[in-house]
Amino acid sequence: MSQLILDIKNLTVNFRVYGGYLKVLNEVNFSVSQGEKVGLVGETGCGKTTTMKTVMGILPQPPGKIAQGEIFFQGKNVLTMKKSEIEKMRQTGISMIFQDPTAALNPVFTIGQQLYDVVQHSQSSDDGQSRLSAHEVSIRALQDVSLPDPKRILDNYPLQLSGGMRQRVCIALAIARAKQLLIADEPGTSLDVTIQDQILRLLNQIAAEKQMAIILISHSLGVIREWTNRVYVMYAGSIVEESTTEELFSHPLHPYTRALMDCVPKLTGGGTAEGIPGRIPDYFNPPTGCRFHPRCPHAFALCSEKKPALYHVNDTHQVACYLYQEVKQ
Amino acid sequence: MLSLPGGKTVNAVLEVKKLKKYFSTTKGVVKAVNDVSFSITPGETLGLVGESGSGKSTVAYTVMGLYQPSGGQILFQGQDVAISHHKRKRILKKELQIVFQDPGSSLNPRQTIENILALPIRLHDRDYKKGIAEKVQEILSLVELPVEYMEKYPRSLGGGEKQMVAIARALATNPSLIVLDEPTSALDVSIQAKIIHKLIEIQQEKNLGYLFITHDLSLMRNIAHRVAIMYLGRIVETAPAQQFFETPYHPYTRMLISSIPVVSSEEEKLKPGKIPSMGEIPSPVNMPAGCVFHPRCVDRMPICDQEEPINFEIKPGHWVKCHLWSPNK
Repeated sequence: MSQLILDIKNLTVNFRVYGGYLKVLNEVNFSVSQGEKVGLVGETGCGKTTTMKTVMGILPQPPGKIAQGEIFFQGKNVLTMKKSEIEKMRQTGISMIFQDPTAALNPVFTIGQQLYDVVQHSQSSDDGQSRLSAHEVSIRALQDVSLPDPKRILDNYPLQLSGGMRQRVCIALAIARAKQLLIADEPGTSLDVTIQDQILRLLNQIAAEKQMAIILISHSLGVIREWTNRVYVMYAGSIVEESTTEELFSHPLHPYTRALMDCVPKLTGGGTAEGIPGRIPDYFNPPTGCRFHPRCPHAFALCSEKKPALYHVNDTHQVACYLYQEVKQ
Repeated sequence: MLSLPGGKTVNAVLEVKKLKKYFSTTKGVVKAVNDVSFSITPGETLGLVGESGSGKSTVAYTVMGLYQPSGGQILFQGQDVAISHHKRKRILKKELQIVFQDPGSSLNPRQTIENILALPIRLHDRDYKKGIAEKVQEILSLVELPVEYMEKYPRSLGGGEKQMVAIARALATNPSLIVLDEPTSALDVSIQAKIIHKLIEIQQEKNLGYLFITHDLSLMRNIAHRVAIMYLGRIVETAPAQQFFETPYHPYTRMLISSIPVVSSEEEKLKPGKIPSMGEIPSPVNMPAGCVFHPRCVDRMPICDQEEPINFEIKPGHWVKCHLWSPNK
């Protein structure tokens, strides 16, 4: 088995608000090996982005508070790192692409100015390698993301580019310096399907060329199925299922995963599902035990008492649900 | 009057003929909608699908009278209504309603749900004095929201519930046609499924016509009776839903369908091969000559940048605007 580069253990994150804590992340376990393409899927507000922000060290604290857990990046605990080490990790280890490229780029600087900053900053700590000029590296980065006429784009402001081009610029910013892990937070969600397809294809191709691992965060099961090898399904701050992509889509196990899949409109037709009853829990006072139990059609007494741990159904499939543990017992 | 297969005729509730909407800007005239024609019969859902910038929302707003059309006809129950909103008669406004994409900004934050729903009743229902509160309750129960919600403000509702209120408001006047402008694209799939399910139920009960504006083709496969694809202000293909997905003709449609991320291998088979998506939708100020799609088309021919293709009925009810299929090729 290839080496783990990211390993999150029992991560619990709360947010301090007026009158108490929002208990958002609930003992999240998550790992990525070298060169892997991992998906993280879940609905709005389930904690996907919070998890990744904690990894990057950009979780606002306060109000955020890491109550317990460890995050190892290449064997080093991110949560106890010094500021300079975190900086180094962001320069050469991990980078992140956000959902909205318009908000991620500074509107008052040209693309060139923003790219030079990133390139110069990461080169200053870069020993041994031959130093290209920031201009050359920037042009190469823009060529890598298949943007036509990179010289012109360097002089453009973000508002002169289309949404798809802006997202390509964001990818260029993220990969200007070789990285081991790229976190893509809904990279195509604000774009049209044809453009989303192009962006995801590009990400995939870059990851293969540079041998980067990718974490693809999305609320769209279709995107996850097409572009990842392994998937984590998240519901209300907990990982409820983990499996290889193929296995997950052919044999979804967790009642939440199954309900979610039914809700996706299919190209083959056949009408629509009725949706999942109930609503996403209130993090102020989340349900005890399994957080899905109030909406689950198969819930029984134990479900509301104790949180189910991830349980190995087979070598490539884990599910946090008592239904499957009973089967084995 | 529309003729249907089998010699039957049905009065269309809405008929749009050669609709044009131009905007003049400092950079030139933007032809947002160019010769768009379609019709909707009672109880029918027409899915108007396109990427951002294709002009689909402009069509919706023009039908609603929010924009004055630059040319063409909008016939509502046989009567030309191509005039602006404030010149329209109240009885007409009662019959045509719209649901917007973002329920957060289409509901007044300072009004209770009761007030929001009472306003259309007060305006359009002559004998409203006979218990306006009961009427509001009746509408709330139609969308399955609890009666306690009457005293709530929009901010205390979830995104899906707000959209349900917006739908309830549209239903309050008892219309015969509702324009749905991406009503679920800001919501999660599980909530989308609930809303869509409700919309279909209401449609069958009241024999409503829906003009469903969306960018989500797989959703249209499940709810639309007919689908029309828009590209740069033109409808490039129209067909009954099933036929549309089984035998798409226009290269743009094929590109769109193959870009959709799907969740099962059965759906994968429906895709017309992997047609790589290329390029982006061009600026509507500088439209390409000839067929507007030719710069992105994989099947481009010499004629494509010379002449605009005509709308050709390739099968009964299936219209395509492409030189590949035109009879005088």
